[in-house]
Amino acid sequence: MSMRLKTGGRLLDRTQRLGFTFNGRRMQGYRGDTLASALLGAGQVLVGRSFKYHRPRGLVGSGVEEPNGLVGLGEGARFTPNRRATTTELFDGLVARSQNHWPSLERDLGVVNDALARFFPAGFYYKTFMAPRMGWEKLFEPVVRRAAGLGKVPGARDPDRYEHFHVHVDVLVIGGGVAGLAAARSAAATGAEVLVLEQTPHWGGRAPVDGGKIDGLDPETWVTNAVEELEKAENVTLHRRMAGVGVYDHGYVLGLERLGDHRPESEGPRQRLWRIRARQVVVATGALERPLAFAGNDLPGVMLASAMRDYVVNWAVSPGERVVVVTNNDDAYRTALALRRAGIDVPAVVDARAVVSSPLAEEARAAGIRVEVGRAIARVHGRGRVSGVDICAMAGTGAAVEEVACDAVAMSGGWSPVVHLWSHCGGKLVWDEQAALFRPDPKRPPTGADGAAFVRMGGAASGALGLAEALADAHAVGRAAGRAAGGRAHRRAAPKAAAEREQPIEPVWVMPAAAGPAVRAKMWLDFQNDVKVSDVELAAREGYESVEHTKRYTTLGMATDQGKLSNINGLAVLSEALDQPIPATGTTTFRPPYTPVTFGAIAGEAAGDLFQPLRRTPIQDWHEQNGADFEPVGQWRRPYCYRRLGESRAQAVAREVTNTRERVGLLDASTLGKLLVKGPDAGRFLDMLYTDAISTLPVGRCRYGLMCNENGFLMDDGVVARLSEDSFLCHTTTGGAEHVHAHMEEWLQTEWWDWKAYVANLTEQFAQVAVVGPRARAVLERLGGDIDLSKEALPFMHWRAGRLGGFDVRIFRISFSGELSYEVAVRASQGRALWEALLGAGADEGIMAYGTEALHVMRAEKGFIMIGDETDGTVTPQDLGLGWAISKKKADYLGKRAQARKALCDPERWRLVGLETLDGSVLPEGAYVVGAGGNEYGQRYTYGRVTSTYHSPTLGRGIAMALVARGPERMGEIVDVATLDEKREVIKACIVSPVFYDPEGEKQNV
Amino acid sequence: MSEAVDEAKALEAMGAAQAAQAGPVSALPGARFEGYCTVEEAGLCGMVTLRADLSLAKVARVVKAVTGAEMPARLKITSGARGRIAWMSPDELLLFVEYGEAGAAVARLDKALATSHALAVDVSDARALFRLTGARAREVLMKLTPADIRRMQPGDFRRTRLAQVPAALYMPDEKGFEIIAFRSVAGYVFDLLRNAARPGGEVGFPAVE
Repeated sequence: MSMRLKTGGRLLDRTQRLGFTFNGRRMQGYRGDTLASALLGAGQVLVGRSFKYHRPRGLVGSGVEEPNGLVGLGEGARFTPNRRATTTELFDGLVARSQNHWPSLERDLGVVNDALARFFPAGFYYKTFMAPRMGWEKLFEPVVRRAAGLGKVPGARDPDRYEHFHVHVDVLVIGGGVAGLAAARSAAATGAEVLVLEQTPHWGGRAPVDGGKIDGLDPETWVTNAVEELEKAENVTLHRRMAGVGVYDHGYVLGLERLGDHRPESEGPRQRLWRIRARQVVVATGALERPLAFAGNDLPGVMLASAMRDYVVNWAVSPGERVVVVTNNDDAYRTALALRRAGIDVPAVVDARAVVSSPLAEEARAAGIRVEVGRAIARVHGRGRVSGVDICAMAGTGAAVEEVACDAVAMSGGWSPVVHLWSHCGGKLVWDEQAALFRPDPKRPPTGADGAAFVRMGGAASGALGLAEALADAHAVGRAAGRAAGGRAHRRAAPKAAAEREQPIEPVWVMPAAAGPAVRAKMWLDFQNDVKVSDVELAAREGYESVEHTKRYTTLGMATDQGKLSNINGLAVLSEALDQPIPATGTTTFRPPYTPVTFGAIAGEAAGDLFQPLRRTPIQDWHEQNGADFEPVGQWRRPYCYRRLGESRAQAVAREVTNTRERVGLLDASTLGKLLVKGPDAGRFLDMLYTDAISTLPVGRCRYGLMCNENGFLMDDGVVARLSEDSFLCHTTTGGAEHVHAHMEEWLQTEWWDWKAYVANLTEQFAQVAVVGPRARAVLERLGGDIDLSKEALPFMHWRAGRLGGFDVRIFRISFSGELSYEVAVRASQGRALWEALLGAGADEGIMAYGTEALHVMRAEKGFIMIGDETDGTVTPQDLGLGWAISKKKADYLGKRAQARKALCDPERWRLVGLETLDGSVLPEGAYVVGAGGNEYGQRYTYGRVTSTYHSPTLGRGIAMALVARGPERMGEIVDVATLDEKREVIKACIVSPVFYDPEGEKQNV
Repeated sequence: MSEAVDEAKALEAMGAAQAAQAGPVSALPGARFEGYCTVEEAGLCGMVTLRADLSLAKVARVVKAVTGAEMPARLKITSGARGRIAWMSPDELLLFVEYGEAGAAVARLDKALATSHALAVDVSDARALFRLTGARAREVLMKLTPADIRRMQPGDFRRTRLAQVPAALYMPDEKGFEIIAFRSVAGYVFDLLRNAARPGGEVGFPAVE
């Protein structure tokens, strides 16, 4: 039974009791507790169920390494799954639920998976794919999906706020243990700016628990002094509750700061994602203890020795009343001694090493603790939790020599430096045979743009496990980082600790050494994903030699803890199974994030109204106030139509089309791209960008231009107006403005860098209003001004600048509807006023605003193509019958060479035609033109597709544009257009000209 | 609920005011938020884009004649009696003048640079201008832009981004920043700044002095 000790607990404030619930049960803890320590203090050993077998799970660790203590935290909209109990600070009113159990944690039905464990071996999931498809669809997948899986998805929108924060610093120190603090002091002494991150709420890391003396002081006092000194330094900033989670190229580091997790509903953001650009990064992330693989090591009550020490010293919690310690190294003796000091019975330390004579072991012996050398744990007894252990010879097969009653086991398989952040950006590792650990190889660091190291490891993270060597190492690394970041040399001395004499570790990957197969199937490597020694060995037997493949096949290290405890043990077992040295096996890839990052933090402010920028025209308010239904066009929201009371969208569109065709309509065309191109070479430049000749365009005239990419495909279109001898205004599509601008700059900057042409994006400088319809001229004339709008003075495809009413405008006589049409450009700040003035002037003419759908219908009636409808990146102007807009005289233009390629000249290409259904109905969007027969998959052969399809209110029938094989050669032919119904019904349609309305163009030319 | 109604009323009033007013209207007239810093739309400002060979003596002469300011160095902004000049790129400047003066400024630039390859154009209406003031103004921007804001001082000019949109910023004085964004995203930028300046979001990260 775990329990709270009467005294002690260096992080506890016993004057502040905090209430919380676990699976609905009320419990109490203290300020300073983690959820894990509070649960143990309340006697709760069972905290969850494993992923695959639903085995009972207790806490194994005390920090970020914890694989088992995952809970669903909070309720309602603030519910968060998979929160680690060991890193969750307790607060009053905390609500936690265990995961992966059904119907309850204590009585779990899924545990039947455990009984059937031999049918769920490594690679089970993959093997099901070899079964007949029926079995997979009806049995394996549904069963596996229901049985496995951790955590639930929150049911409501996250009410919390998150933000990002960008900082640039000289030296970033990740880790606020004694090594991190020593490195920070040393780096700060160079004069460099230093930022220090500590993932927990406390400075000092493990040192205050592990003991020793630093500069003659106990570690806690030294830490207090060091923090005080750093806080006073002007060039140092310290942040607790901030984890360094990822290191990326160019010194870019992500830090996740927890602001509200331990005080929900506080005013500020819940989490802040720091996006740090550091010249130098010092990683002092310490080391993590490894479990030992013995039978039954997953029973609740078996815990890392270091974690047990943490619980006793930091939170005055004992995981049991009688604790057996099992180890292969000296460090676990600290746990035995700490337990004994706290008054807890330690019946034995089981040490795998044959001879043990280190000072720590002698200290334990002197304290009266029985030390069994050359021994191992044969198996752990207990159902649901530890009741005792069988002790055996380490060298043998596991014959028990003694049973020792106990209710907890502290295990230590040695320590692994936390090399994750070093590895994220390419730092390499070396296997240290003596210490049995992978350490960062300082000769192969992550390098910056200058080829020099930008990440340095300090302290235990670099493999310096002893206090004295860790401090010396971190101090030197801090100074080196400060110097590399531009700081000056200093002679400040490193903090000193007495060197300890420790006896080397003896690597133990399986305990006992000659354990048989049945026993190996009870030795857990990955507690969360239920991967055992036998699974890794099976993978090796089945031919998985690569550690990356074995990981995926067995799911070792793929759980939410990302293998912090299982990685090294797993690859060591694989190495033994493959009979090769550990470095030959290597590690799997360490990828960011080191600890989980919430989606909220990644999104930052980009949620709700700030999810994406929405662009607004100067007339947007009017649209909103006048019933517009919007549709997204790029990042704009354009009015699709303006519905009047009782109207459907279709009715509104029909009204807008008819009114525009018969009287006059008003369209907000402000979103169209407007690029000014100016310079002596502007004409020559635009001749290359457009397929037609632009340089020959006279001043005052407009020309429709097509823009292709270098593969010959149509990319954008629009009207080009020549403003002056050396300047052109290029209109682009709404969605194409930024892209076309970038396209122009790219060619100017990379290919024709010596051509004299400048481009400026004026899209937003102007509001542009299209006044369209037979009464358009009358409306403009009513406003008055100094521009002669007559057919003779301002003919089709001309433009003029001048006064219109009270406005300075440019009027372009261009038409995308086939009607008499003027596009009036005015400075954006007067856009709304111009719009209102036009509405006022047109009131007697029956003027109405129309939206993009009416625009689309009218252009389709005229057979005008739309970029994105008739084009999809694989369509040429020739496909669209736009050969007339391609200059035959020009020597070159972008796309010309590509358009001469065989595939683009193929007469079988799908080309633009109109389609009219025989029954007048509207064809489905995107429907295919199909022929007889089909392929081996039962799909019909296709000969074309519908690109635009509308009901034409003008013609009173459906009209469509389509790309059809040899289409223009097949006028009058009846084709089958497929529907999506099961009976394979087709719609009969006739191939016609795509120009349905006013083919002579008389209407726009009045 | 009441907030939404108020907002709708305010919008309506704004629309009516705009309709009645024939003069130019900025993107978010009167928009203002007081959090732990103050955010406000700064109204219309004359802005002229000039692209030219900046090493030409006549370019330096004419931009000084227009603004009273010296040619800025890379990443800098200078100010004079009639305006400011910001360095935008190796061949681009942004001139700030009174709103009503932009057209005249363009004409003057065109005339002075008639024989050179240059582009001068009025972009005043393509922009929205915001003012961000307060002791922690740097912090608010650091939430939104990757530029090294801590080291920014009056005289510095940055073209960068605020969250998902392009922006340019500078410090007219120690009190805070002026931020230039495209007019169409004025609402987004104002909301970004307002959100970042909300009370409770103070970071407490020291500025570099």
